[in-house]
Amino acid sequence: MYFESLDALWNMAGHGPYVWSCYGLFVALLGINVWHARSQQLKALKQAKAFVRRNP
Amino acid sequence: MTQSIWRMPRWFHQMGSPKWFYDFGGILQPWFAVAALVLLTWGAVWGLAFAPADYQQGNSFRIMYVHVPAAILSQSIFLGMAVAGAIGLIWKMKVAFMVARSCIAIGATFTALALLTGAIWGKPTWGAYWVWDARLTSTLVLFFLYAGVMALNQAISERQTAGKATAILAIVGTINIPIIKYSVEWWNTLHQSSSFTLTEKPSMPADMYLPLLLTVLGSYCLFALVVLIRTRAQILQTQSGASWLMQHRDITGA
Repeated sequence: MYFESLDALWNMAGHGPYVWSCYGLFVALLGINVWHARSQQLKALKQAKAFVRRNP
Repeated sequence: MTQSIWRMPRWFHQMGSPKWFYDFGGILQPWFAVAALVLLTWGAVWGLAFAPADYQQGNSFRIMYVHVPAAILSQSIFLGMAVAGAIGLIWKMKVAFMVARSCIAIGATFTALALLTGAIWGKPTWGAYWVWDARLTSTLVLFFLYAGVMALNQAISERQTAGKATAILAIVGTINIPIIKYSVEWWNTLHQSSSFTLTEKPSMPADMYLPLLLTVLGSYCLFALVVLIRTRAQILQTQSGASWLMQHRDITGA
């Protein structure tokens, strides 16, 4: 590892808040995108199954 | 002669079939999910903890590993959306319109990420979160273009008409892409020039650019994953009465 301790990794010589907030935003916004897309897909699958049950 | 130029390979027309796209996308979906997770985690851990600090910017340069992929993807996705829209208009492929529609939210997200991470990076580097600079302003315009495409797509309830309108706006909006790309060369700007290009050897050591390559590739995989998921969901919604879907193992469970 480039840093001497986990504390140094967290602080990054004062740049920690900038760096970690960027990574946090990246994970959060892309995570929401994947989760939303997947929930839409599962909803569509459920609706398609219900359609088949109604129209056998 | 003219005919042979316009004759497209078989796979091209197969892609236009909802059934084929649904099945082929179903095979690819888990692979893209794994690839995105592995590449992004690998690149982020390497970039955060193992890459050396920049001699000028110190540790704030580590923001590059999320900012650059977001910026690259924001432009690639817009181009991809315009190409899909154009295919939909020219070859009248409904699936192409669905793909274009699937690009909107993920493209807008990557653009928002490029703007937000850029603003956060700007503070320790330039001393300001925002400057009305050519690169930043043209990227903000790109975000508004995505917002416009999204609003237009949702305002029209008839899907085919919405697809056509979205395609036209996306094609017209691509004029902004070269403006973003060359803004750092055409105007005086605070923004640095490209971190890496396809044609030149990177100016950074391998320990610095390899994590970037991983996060860029991982972001492309994540984009592909989201587009597959969203397009397959739209196929389910629009094909609910189709016989192939009524007998499909995803529906029957067999």
